[in-house]
Amino acid sequence: MALKQLLEENKSVILSRWFDTILETYPVDTQHFLRSKKNQFDNPVARRISDGIEGIFSQILNDDEEKDVSPFLDKVIRIRAVQDFAPSRAVAFMFDLKRLVREVLGKAIRELQLSEELGRFEEAIDKMGLLALDIYMKCREEIYELRVNEVKRSVSRLIERANKICGIPGKEGDPEVCSTDNLT
Amino acid sequence: MGIWVSFFAVIALVLIPSVGAQGAGQYIFGIFIPYVAVLIFVIGFIYRVVQWGKTPVPFKIPTTGGQMKSLPWIKWNPLDNPATTGGVVGRMALEVLAFRSLFRNTRVELRDGPRVSYGSNKWLWVAALAFHYAFLVVFLRHFRLFMEPVPGFVGLLESVDGFMEVGLPRLMISGVVLLLAALYLFLRRVAVPQLRYISFAADYFPLFLIIALAGSGLLMRYFIRVDITSVKELITGLVSLRPTIPEGIGVIFFVHLFLLSVLIAYFPFSKLMHAGGVFMSPTRNMANDNRQNRHINPWNYPVKVHTYAEYEDEFREKMKEVGLPVEKE
Amino acid sequence: MSKVASPEELSRVRYGPPKKGWMDSPAEFKEGRWCYGSKPKDHHVIGLPNPRSWSPGDEDWKLPDNWKEIFLEGMRERLDKFRTFRIFMDICVRCGACADKCHFFIGSGDPKNMPVLRAELLRSIYRGEFTNTGKILGKLAGGRKLTYEVFKELFYYFFQCTECRRCSLFCPYGIDTAEITIIGRELLNLLGCNIDWITGPVANCYRTGNHLGIQPHAYHSMLEFFCEEIEEITGILPEPSFNRKGAEILFITPSGDVFADPGTYTCMGYIMLFHYLEGLGLDLTWSTYASEGGNFGYFTSHEMAKRLNAKMYAEAERLGVKWILGGECGHMWRVCNQYMDTFWEPPKSLEIPVSPITGTRFEQAKDHKMVHICEFTADLIKHGKLNLDPSRNDIYNVTFHDSCNPARAMGLFEEPRYIINNVCNNFVDMPINTIKEQTFCCGGGSGLNTDEIMDLRMRGGFPRANAVDYVHQKHGVNLLSCICAIDRATLPPLMEYWVPEVGVSGVHELVANALVLEGEQKRTTNLRAEEFPWVEEEEEEAEEEALEVSLEAAEETAAEAAEEAVAEAAEEAAEEAAEEVAEEAGEEEAEGEK
Repeated sequence: MALKQLLEENKSVILSRWFDTILETYPVDTQHFLRSKKNQFDNPVARRISDGIEGIFSQILNDDEEKDVSPFLDKVIRIRAVQDFAPSRAVAFMFDLKRLVREVLGKAIRELQLSEELGRFEEAIDKMGLLALDIYMKCREEIYELRVNEVKRSVSRLIERANKICGIPGKEGDPEVCSTDNLT
Repeated sequence: MGIWVSFFAVIALVLIPSVGAQGAGQYIFGIFIPYVAVLIFVIGFIYRVVQWGKTPVPFKIPTTGGQMKSLPWIKWNPLDNPATTGGVVGRMALEVLAFRSLFRNTRVELRDGPRVSYGSNKWLWVAALAFHYAFLVVFLRHFRLFMEPVPGFVGLLESVDGFMEVGLPRLMISGVVLLLAALYLFLRRVAVPQLRYISFAADYFPLFLIIALAGSGLLMRYFIRVDITSVKELITGLVSLRPTIPEGIGVIFFVHLFLLSVLIAYFPFSKLMHAGGVFMSPTRNMANDNRQNRHINPWNYPVKVHTYAEYEDEFREKMKEVGLPVEKE
Repeated sequence: MSKVASPEELSRVRYGPPKKGWMDSPAEFKEGRWCYGSKPKDHHVIGLPNPRSWSPGDEDWKLPDNWKEIFLEGMRERLDKFRTFRIFMDICVRCGACADKCHFFIGSGDPKNMPVLRAELLRSIYRGEFTNTGKILGKLAGGRKLTYEVFKELFYYFFQCTECRRCSLFCPYGIDTAEITIIGRELLNLLGCNIDWITGPVANCYRTGNHLGIQPHAYHSMLEFFCEEIEEITGILPEPSFNRKGAEILFITPSGDVFADPGTYTCMGYIMLFHYLEGLGLDLTWSTYASEGGNFGYFTSHEMAKRLNAKMYAEAERLGVKWILGGECGHMWRVCNQYMDTFWEPPKSLEIPVSPITGTRFEQAKDHKMVHICEFTADLIKHGKLNLDPSRNDIYNVTFHDSCNPARAMGLFEEPRYIINNVCNNFVDMPINTIKEQTFCCGGGSGLNTDEIMDLRMRGGFPRANAVDYVHQKHGVNLLSCICAIDRATLPPLMEYWVPEVGVSGVHELVANALVLEGEQKRTTNLRAEEFPWVEEEEEEAEEEALEVSLEAAEETAAEAAEEAVAEAAEEAAEEAAEEVAEEAGEEEAEGEK
């Protein structure tokens, strides 16, 4: 439990360094913008990332059995999934957390001999990292679904109309040939 | 790279008169160059404005920044969305005198918790205003040197400008503000990566030039004194087209004058022309009254269109089938 | 703090690009950022230069040998024809006020998506090829030469601008990146470099009158189909007229709303509103020839915009109408408001628009003769001409997305809000720096609403979605209404990705939901066949009542049955008795005979 306490105490340092690490994945010329604008509407990307990692971190510290980290992972990954990042880069931030914790708390962990606890902590992070990959894939799949749905939507009424016409025998088409199954 | 090139260019511009403005050289730096510079400025400025003016405005495309004038019971925003000439004048006045559009940047209503969220943009507006107004005041104060008798507004301006009543000669705030604002605009360009990314030599050069110009002016006023009577003699000579070079004017004055000459000669070829351009920008200086008053495009030309007759010829049978009226049976 | 172990240090990947100037880092063509290239068949229909099969992903774009000459000559010509272009090339001071105002920059972080840099791409060529300082000093004066790589970069970034003009609002000199993009795209078009999603609709529109290429009979039958749908919901069959000469008003709206959900509901909304108003004296016709309000020609060149726009006045004149009513559409109104009256002199046969129902003269359109349907409907509501039941929209918590063009090229803010507030009970605006003149683009304007760039659209639309998410969380908003057909096509996927609980609608869909038609049947659903919230309750009540009634009835029938049974039994008994008596009598008789 001592590691949790340490993490809790150093929360703000770790979070701010984590945030910086994520921003470093953006073009240098834009990082300043992402960092400087605090308004959530003028700079929604940074806001989403900082909200997300804060949530992830608090879920890590959360002992509750039913804790759920996915909505927070989703916050961060949903934006990165559409920003030209390769999958590995899009989710790398989870694994960066391990390094950051060692950087910030390494000395204290050694002194207090918490390496076993650290191992468990890192295992939990690895799991989250894999979960992050799942979420990334889900977002990508959604994008392709959106593309399909958009195409469908653009002719939705045409098909409905066609079905309606085909459904009336003897009018404009032979219902045998113009089966609705072919259209939907 | 642009920064250093501009920096050394301005250093060179300072050194040239420091070395050259001796003896007969003073005629070059005190008379010849200022005249040439003014000539270039006037001709160049007029040329640019005429060139813009000659270029037609084919379409009326104001950017609207508020509710348009529509139904009488709907509250209209006549300044941000003018529909009359008066409104346009008002909009331009706000734009030119108060930098209305830059000010928009500061409107940040919802803040992220207790953290202050309006950053650099508000400072840009403040610094831009400070810079331009300080420049204007400094310029007007110089009328003391061109005109005899000194116009009344100059005295008034000086008493306001020197309200701090410190120093001897009395400290004029405007000069200091000008220098600080120019420094801020420069630092901002260097410190903000995305600004540094878009800046090149032509952005740094005028800033360095103005910083040097203001710096030399301040030096001359407060530290390396020059004989003000002789300076006035030289300048009134220049203005009245009877140029003379009085004895004993310090070299710092020629540096100052040379930098000014370079600035005004450079003016028409640079982005500094925004001073003229802002008045002619079609997205700001036109009324949003497109549907009331027809705007004529001087080069409007006929285009090939697909006529109804061609359309009906292609689809007549199909149209008749569903009972759509047709022109030709 | 412990020292980082060196292997870890080494394994750290730096994703930031090397610090090179933007002129030295050419555009990297990333899949999902560029749209498919225009097709040769469409070039032939509308006479675009250089018809060929090509893709922006190709190494060779198959440009003519003298492409550079054509491009620069085109640029020179436009510098002499557009004051905007010349001034915007000359006066930018690169103050950076626009830099973070672009939704594509905010969403992507690509520095070349800063409006100032997008314009600099072309400005650098202007300086390098047209000004002396640029020719002599080159890069030092911000000038560069036009090369193949630079040309490709222009294509890449001019098709990553939705011409929304948000940056123009914040520019101290009113420099309008949309204007630069429009002219930039004109130049690209001189060499036949356009995207399929634009040239396809343009070619369709030229020939059939609308972007989707719907032929007149199909257009007619689609609207007929909507009328049948309306009949199912309301019990009333509207009968709109088409291409009818002598009508007072010609109605023109984007064709996107005829086929694609949720625009179709807005289209049904128009039909219902017009049907309602017919009883009050509205005399309006639709047209299959001018069946497109939108104008993708505007995303090609000024000339193409004019060629497609020709239909509106021509059709109005042919039909002899007095004025034109325009539907909900963004870029349609940009063209109609700021270009149409300049492209063409309004036909003399048109008159100053007057609402036939309220008598309001639309003075603001006195020369142009075209009224926005939101102005028209707001006026109707103000005069109390519509019988509205806003509670029919009670399942919705509505917010309103100002479409870029009606916002920053017109200033239509209060009319749609007035309408929504009168037809809905629950309306809330998004935060002030995301609406009205500061509104964020949907991410798919200016012909960029194609599906191959879905990634780009998702990040470009993120600032908009983020503001919707805010009101969704805070106020339970579940419907995003808008007055633009492109919005109705692009916002649904945007919402699906970012805020899946929020739907998208047009304003006139909401009007039609609330509109109580004369003699309509009891409506139980809105246009989307979603039940009104009270319907379930009412049904339950009705069921209970029915049950009571049937119980009573049962009791009654039981009683009756019992009575009948008794009566029958009595009758039977009587009959039997009589028979018996008769029999006995007979027997007696027989015995007597014996």
